[in-house]
Amino acid sequence: MTAPDSAPQSEGEAQSGSWTIGLRNRIARTVPPGQALPDRQPAYVTSWIYVFGVLCLAAFLCTLVSGFVLAIKGAAWWHTSGVGHFVNSTHLWSVELFFATMVIHLWGKFFMAAWRGKRGLTWATGAIAFLGSVGTAFTGYLTQSNFDSQWISTQAKDGLNAAGIGAFFNVLDSGQMLLWHVTLLPLLVGVIIVMHVIMVRRHGVVPPIDAELADVDPEGSDGSDGSDADRAGGSVTPRVPAPPDPDAQAAVGAPPLTFQPAQPAEPVGAQPEPSGGRS
Amino acid sequence: MTRMRARTTATPDSHLFPTRPYDLVKEFCIALLVMALLTLVLAAVFSSPDEKAITLQSWASAAPNDVVATAAGELAGTTTSASYGAPYNTADPGQKLGPLALQRWAGVRIPIDSARDLVIDPLTVGSSDPSVSAALSTWNGASADQQQKWAGDYSTALAAAPDGAPSGVAHGDYGPVPALANGELALAKSGALEGLLTSRTTFYAADPTRPLLLLADGSYLEGIARADHLGGDQWGMMNESGNYPGQPWLWLYTFWYQIDPFASSGNADALVWGLMALLSVAFVLVPWLPGVRSIPRLVRVHRLIWRRWYAEH
Repeated sequence: MTAPDSAPQSEGEAQSGSWTIGLRNRIARTVPPGQALPDRQPAYVTSWIYVFGVLCLAAFLCTLVSGFVLAIKGAAWWHTSGVGHFVNSTHLWSVELFFATMVIHLWGKFFMAAWRGKRGLTWATGAIAFLGSVGTAFTGYLTQSNFDSQWISTQAKDGLNAAGIGAFFNVLDSGQMLLWHVTLLPLLVGVIIVMHVIMVRRHGVVPPIDAELADVDPEGSDGSDGSDADRAGGSVTPRVPAPPDPDAQAAVGAPPLTFQPAQPAEPVGAQPEPSGGRS
Repeated sequence: MTRMRARTTATPDSHLFPTRPYDLVKEFCIALLVMALLTLVLAAVFSSPDEKAITLQSWASAAPNDVVATAAGELAGTTTSASYGAPYNTADPGQKLGPLALQRWAGVRIPIDSARDLVIDPLTVGSSDPSVSAALSTWNGASADQQQKWAGDYSTALAAAPDGAPSGVAHGDYGPVPALANGELALAKSGALEGLLTSRTTFYAADPTRPLLLLADGSYLEGIARADHLGGDQWGMMNESGNYPGQPWLWLYTFWYQIDPFASSGNADALVWGLMALLSVAFVLVPWLPGVRSIPRLVRVHRLIWRRWYAEH
């Protein structure tokens, strides 16, 4: 029981040791307010190359769904059922589309040098997701229980054995490969993709190479640049006090910006709508 | 601080730029619809390959001489699996990556005695042929040197026979090996050999390592694969049977096997895996690699991607 004459703890003291508050604050700081699902994006996002990130994500979902259906009926189903064979075909082609869109997305991000502005980990997680996807697809070929599985596994074992990996990751063991393919690797790739998307949302879309803060008109623009936005019926909104990228401000050496909600009297175009972008 | 470093750190916050309306959820839904439709259309039009697995029974029916030669090779210790090294046995030091003996260091984790596990034990358990039983007794009572001489001589004689047919083998002292090899063929033809290799000691047979090693020790599997352009020197690692795209993302991995020094090296697998591991790490670390991270600025594809921005600024 607290002694009646003891001084009450301040709120800060009471909360300083709270793991819950610490975790909540960490989550809140990960993505700036409004950036998880932004309804605006920077005006320089006008190329079709940006579409491939979300296409890749959509293809990944198609792969997961088709794999889920295959898993329901078991490993041998698709060999004996016409429906099963069709589902297997959707699994194959969604994987091909996943890789096709991912490779285009990767090359696009490479040519944008999309790791600038403290986005190095965004690139790294994307690269790891690609490598993890290669491993996942490979184990898929090993678990088809057909001629391709036999040939690919008996050939691939030599590379893995030479690297010392085959002693623990036996590609000839279809039972082990099946579990890696349907549980461990998809989970790994899924988690990395989620991390990747969170980082994209945290930092926003990388600005054009050599774009300077001086390029940004502090007084705003006239709202028309002849871009996709105009064709889509939208308009370019001048810079507004937006939730800052937690890392980018430190990168440019500027004092941290503080997100200030706009006053109701401000023009519609200057509402503090968060900017953002695509993955 | 270098000029590039200065440019890198000067990348402004994307949230400071003008914005325009954007419906993220709508875009994702449209993308999902497009990908789902594309997937369904591609699946309906092109289907997917499913060439049936080779059974040991079908192998024995299609290439009986290959089964006999493989069984003799297992007994002689001359097949790929028998002379492999880690992780199956200690018959070979394995490949090395420079001074790194990664294969040997990993150890024998999947122990396989090819003669005993792939031939003798299945025959002991599965064959009821009296001649095979007698041959097993003779084999088990002989010294290792004698066993190897019988099996080695018979393998050599089979290789010299027309089409490798046992009936065309020159007369010689091959001990019990011909009877054992024929017994293996009989087991394969009966369809019992897979089970004897996978589930002899367990009810559940989820690990086909042994029958796959036996099948790969023969030449039948490779012959079919090469006819379908799936050989290692045919870019086969990224292909699959039929006219399907396979795994084109493995093109770089496959590429190294086509050129020297990898193609002619006894350590090709270790070298290629080492190189690919290095390139994979470099791929992940591109943002921090001087020179590589400057390529986008030099090739100027970004001028095309952001052409509207550059036209206005």
